[in-house]
Parts: sequence; structure tokens; C-alpha cells
Amino acid sequence: MGNRQEKKISIRNLSDREFFYGHKGCPGCGGSLALRLALKVFGERSYAVVPAGCMSAVGFIFPQMAFTCNAIISTFPGTASMLSGVAAGARALGIKDFHAVGFAGDGGTADIGLQALSGAIDRHEKIIYICYDNEAYMNTGVQKSALTPAGARTATSPVGNRLRGAVTQKKPMFEIVAAHGVDYAATASVGYPLDYLRKLEYASQVDGTSYIHVFTPCPIGWGYETSDTIAVAKNAVDCGLWYLAEFSNGRFTLTHNPSEFISVQDYLLGQSRFRHLQEEDLQGIITMRDLKWSNIHREWFS
Amino acid sequence: MNYPLRQNSFKPPEKLADYPVGTAFPAGHLVDTNASWRSRRPVIDAEKCSNCRICWLICPDGVIHNTTPGGLEIDYDYCKGCGICAKECRQNAIHMENEGI
Amino acid sequence: MMLEQKAFLSGNEAVAAGVRLARPHVIAAYPITPQTTVIERLAEMVEDESLKAEYLNVESEHSALSACIGASAVGARTFTATSSQGLLYMAECLHYASGGRFPVVMMNANRSVALPWNIYGDQRDSLSLLDCGWIQAYAENAQESLDLIIQAYAIAEHPDVLTPMMINLDGFVITHTYELVSLPSQEGVDAFLPPFQTVNKMDLDHPMSLAFTAGPAYNQAFKQLQHQAVLSALKVILDTEERFGQLFGRNYSGLIESIHCEDAEFIIVTLGSVAGTVKPVVERLRSLGERVGLVRIRYMRPFPDREIRKALAGAKAVGVLEKDISFGYEGTVFTNVNSALMRSKVIQPRLLNFIGGLGGKDISVADIERLFLRLKSPDDGETVGFI
Repeated sequence: MGNRQEKKISIRNLSDREFFYGHKGCPGCGGSLALRLALKVFGERSYAVVPAGCMSAVGFIFPQMAFTCNAIISTFPGTASMLSGVAAGARALGIKDFHAVGFAGDGGTADIGLQALSGAIDRHEKIIYICYDNEAYMNTGVQKSALTPAGARTATSPVGNRLRGAVTQKKPMFEIVAAHGVDYAATASVGYPLDYLRKLEYASQVDGTSYIHVFTPCPIGWGYETSDTIAVAKNAVDCGLWYLAEFSNGRFTLTHNPSEFISVQDYLLGQSRFRHLQEEDLQGIITMRDLKWSNIHREWFS
Repeated sequence: MNYPLRQNSFKPPEKLADYPVGTAFPAGHLVDTNASWRSRRPVIDAEKCSNCRICWLICPDGVIHNTTPGGLEIDYDYCKGCGICAKECRQNAIHMENEGI
Repeated sequence: MMLEQKAFLSGNEAVAAGVRLARPHVIAAYPITPQTTVIERLAEMVEDESLKAEYLNVESEHSALSACIGASAVGARTFTATSSQGLLYMAECLHYASGGRFPVVMMNANRSVALPWNIYGDQRDSLSLLDCGWIQAYAENAQESLDLIIQAYAIAEHPDVLTPMMINLDGFVITHTYELVSLPSQEGVDAFLPPFQTVNKMDLDHPMSLAFTAGPAYNQAFKQLQHQAVLSALKVILDTEERFGQLFGRNYSGLIESIHCEDAEFIIVTLGSVAGTVKPVVERLRSLGERVGLVRIRYMRPFPDREIRKALAGAKAVGVLEKDISFGYEGTVFTNVNSALMRSKVIQPRLLNFIGGLGGKDISVADIERLFLRLKSPDDGETVGFI
């Protein structure tokens, strides 16, 4: 386990260099911001591994290459396994002071990539795994993933006479990763960029596997104005449907503990994917939120 | 340079020998811009700007640069006009102007 | 010629010995019968530091090859091994490795594919993946397995080739059979096999984008280059075997091994360990004055179409004996041999396809004798048959 660096990362000392530039991400893309900020923290000695998904689709279209550091597209299930190979290869070749960093979406992490991620954590691979969570398969046209929240309309969780969007709860990836005894895990949101930066910096110093699950709204898939990405990402935290936390040395901690929540209804109904929800659906979501927070307070702070 | 510029001299490969070995190509190699995606452009009011750099921090495309002393400059080649910078600016120093297409 | 040691090794152990001599940087593997003893021996070699490599106990075959690709993408030499269901589970990564031109070397223990479940040898696993862009070699015994592993790195990493390579050993028949094997010296192998050098990698001094997307305007050109690369292996294989022979004194015959074909009227074409059963039958029939011969295909990709045409040019009837079938048509080896002959200007021999050995079904000396009789008997209109 690395020591937490005392120098606090801030806007003032964050690198001016851009490592993800000229990409074809949609206007207002939260995922590309998460990736851009992460590489500023990890720097030029990074090997970025990006599976099939939004960020690979927008970043490497021959001859337009948007990464300015080393980067490679992995297979869809293969983010963590390719990261393991990159790290092992670099180690075996005697390369020092590098970061092997993965950027996978929610489907690439919680669905098809979970097996490889689990194995890499089990081996305590010295890798950093960032899950940019835009809550559906966006690149293929907004289909439901295991991280799509209950009630969200996607192309494969439609709204009709029988169903009102996704019927499953968002898979608790952060807790699943933590249950492996991972060296470091955190949740973050691009609505709280300084909290995210601090977690990135910590992850860069961990001698083992780090996992950061960053909440990255998608204006196209969620149905809100492109200018609202940061606001939506912040509101998700402020209404209690997302939370900012860390796991290290076997302990969970909150890095942001709201004393009261803003309106869940306002957060949800501001996005077209939730606009079909009826009062009972909204109350159900609030009930689940309250249950989660009571669990957090009971289990993390006992 | 802290960010890549468009390679104006790039010639697309014509024959097989012009192609790279494997699927490996120099990083940060830009051959076209994203300017045509934009229907509105952000404009910074230097008088109101406090140079807090929040806009630089949260731009998904990283197109806001502090290339001028004490001020910020937008790379309109790669700005997509999402409007996040204008929305999040605490000084209201950025407004969006129609591109007038 | 370098001094060699002798050891009594199974095919799998011979592969492990060859891998150690080739000094890979990264080994990633997942266990599956009958491949297991390869990766067990390698794990022990890494543990006792007789092999200095990173050994990854990965969670699946998909991850094994994915990790090897990642390591290759920073310039590391890599090895993995699998079999049957595991090879099929890798299928996506097989195409990925060849398309990205990552010269991973893999041993595959040829084994039946479910269903019904069966752990014994046939070649439907690798032959169903002929189109994935890998060089495919088929060994006949433990010695050839060891030598092929060492040669594979020289072939796969050659700048004209830069293509992954799969060495196939018949499950159990080769993987678990012990033979006296000559072990090349480490200094000999070091002289034979230079360190892996490539520009196709991520480099901290010259950052690169790898495994990128290429749209319709460019994509086919990459595929043409890939095809050229595999075809380039035709020559590189011969050059590599020549260098190997000069250093270690064991000479191989290129993409096929041809026995008594110069004047043969009846020829069996096959691959893998069953050739070892055919050889004594050919010799016995020859001693009785029968003009019979054998072609053992050593490489299925690139396919030795010229060599096959030449070897079969004078034959009256040819039987392709294979442990494979493409259901609803014929054996894949037969399809390839037939296609090679169709390009010939000379008169076609009569061609028969013998499908056998599926799920480990025994192919005996008596079976082979019957096949030669069948080749000599009049045409009954049947082309494909199970033995």
C-alpha cells in the first residue's frame, strides 16, 4: 500500500498537458472528461488500455489518434487481462515508473469484463482500473447494462404497457470490487472533479490494484442538454443516488457525506430516460436510496 | 506544445507499403478537426474572467488553454460547442454565440 | 553443431523445455486437459528461477491470450498454451493477435470439442480456426514439438511475418507420451533466436496508438498486409529450418514431409501423430513392391499448396486422412488439399477423404492397410467416409 501523498492536488498544480485530444466523443461527454482528467494525473508514462466502447470508438480511428500517450484498444472483455499483460510485459522488460491504466465503460466492467477484473484484483496486479459509468451501452445506441439504474429507459429496457424501463437495480460494483480485498477502490463523479482528482492521485501511488468507479453522465443517452453534464453529475451525488466513497485497508469511508439530499424527482425528471416514471416508481427509487444510505451508515461506520 | 495540432501535411496511404506495421500509429496524430460539429461557440469575456480555470478543468475536450498570460484561449478547431464551460463559469464570463450556419 | 543433452520427456514436457530455452518474458495460461503439464512445468521453472519470466495465473483462456497480447504490445516475448474448449474460448483474441500482428507463440493440445464431452484427441479445435490468421504447425512427436516451439519464435517474430503461431500436438498421443528427446543448449538457442525487436509496440519514448480502428477506406489494406505476412512465412519457415539444422543437426523438410511420393501411385495425406502409424505401413507395403507413399502436412497455414501438388503429381489415388470434419460437407484438410490440386494443370488423381480418430477413436495399422486397399479398389462414387 502506497503512502498518501501530502501535497494536495488542485487546479493550480494539475498538468497542462492534454493526453486525450481531438477525439470524436459526443459534445458534453462525461466519459471523455473522466479519461482526460485521469491521464493528466497519471502522466506521460502511462499505458492506457481501452476496451471496445465509447472511448475506444472515439479515440483511435486511423489515421486520427486522439491519445497522446501510449494507448491500446483491448477486446471488450479484456481490459483487466490486457492491463495485466501490459504491466507484466513492462516489468519483465525492466521498464520502471509506468502506469498501466484501464478505462472501461459500465458494460465493459460490470457485465462482459467482470471476470477479467476479478482475476486481476485477485492477483493484486499493479494496475489502475477506471470504470467510466454512463449507465448503459452508449456506443451501440443506449442498451441496458448491469449498471443501468432501475426505471431507466434504454433501447433494450423499453417503456410500454407492461414495463417502465429497467427492472433491475444498479449492480454494486464498488462493493463487489471491495469484497475482493482490493488494494484501493473509490467512487467518484465528474460533478466533483477535485474529489475525483484526489482519488486518481492516490490510486497512482498504490502498490497493487486500484479501482475507481466514476459517474459520467451522457447527454445523448440520458436526454439532457449537453451543457448540463457537470450539473447532472453533481446532482446525482447531492440527491443521494450516487455517493463518493473510498475503500482501503479493509475499511469503507465516505469522502462526501451530505447532511440532506436535494430532490430525487428533480434529478430524475430532468432526464428524458426517466420522464415516464410515475409517483410510485419515484417513491420506490427513494426507498432504495434510503435503504442504501442506512446500510452505509450502519455498516461503514459501525 | 501541451496538446497536438492538426497534421496538415499528412497524406493518406496510397499503396500497401505506405501503411504502418501492424496496427500501430504515432500517438496524438490529428488529421481533421471537430469544428464543424459546433452550432454555438463559447466566447470568453476577458474582463469578467478571474482565471480560476474551472472551465479548463471540466471541458470534456480539453480545448481551453492558458496560452496567453493571465488569460484563457479556446481552440476552436476542436471545441464542439457543448456549453459546459459557459454553464459552469462562476463569473458568467463565458457566453455562447450562434455560429450562424 | 552445439552439444545437446538427452532427456526422457513427454510432448508437453518437451514443449515446456523448448519454451524455457526461448526465454519468454511473460507466460499467461489457464489449465485444461491435456495441456496442463505444460503450464505446470513452466510454473515450476519460474518458481525455481530456471526460467526468468512473469507467470500469470489468469482466470480464463480469453484472459490468457489477452494478457499475452498486452505483453507483446510493449515488446515482450510471450507464451500460452491451451486446448479444445479453451482454444474456442480464445477465438476472439486469436483474430485480435493476428490482426494486430502480435507474434504470440501458443501450444495447442489437439482435443475433441464438446458435445458430447470428450477429452481425447482430434483436430477439430484448431482446424475450425484455420481462418483466424495464425500460422498453424502440427507436430508428429515430442522432439518435433520442442524444435517447433523454438523455431516458432524465430518465424513468428520475423519482421516479414510478425504473426502469431500455434503449435499443435495431438492430445495424449503426443502430449503425454514419453520419448527420448534431444535438448538444445541454451547458448545454441540464444545464438539461434535473437531478442524480440519490433516497432509494433507501445513505447514510452515514442508514444503510439495500438490496435486502432480502420474504416472501410483503409481496413482491407491491413487485411492484405496480414495475408502477405502469412504468405511470407512460406520462405521464412524454410530459412529458419535451415539455420536450425546447421546449429543443432536436426533437419526438417519444410511445410510437408513427403515419403516415397516420387513414384507412388497411392498416397495417404495426413497430419500429426497418425503419420507415425502410416509410416511403417508404407514401408511394409513398399517391401512387398506396392508403390505407396505418405504426405505429412506440417503446416496448415500458410498452406503448402505447391508442395502438395508436387508430391501428389504422379498419384493415381490419394486419401486424405484427418481427425476432423466440417459437418455437412467434408474434412477441412481434404478441402484444402483438393483446392491445391484443382490449381494443377496435370491430370487429377482420384481423391478420397477418410474421417477418423474423432474423440480419440483409435486408428490402427490394420485401418491404414485397409485405407490403402480402398485407394487401389475401383471408384464406388463415395468420396467422404468415416473409418
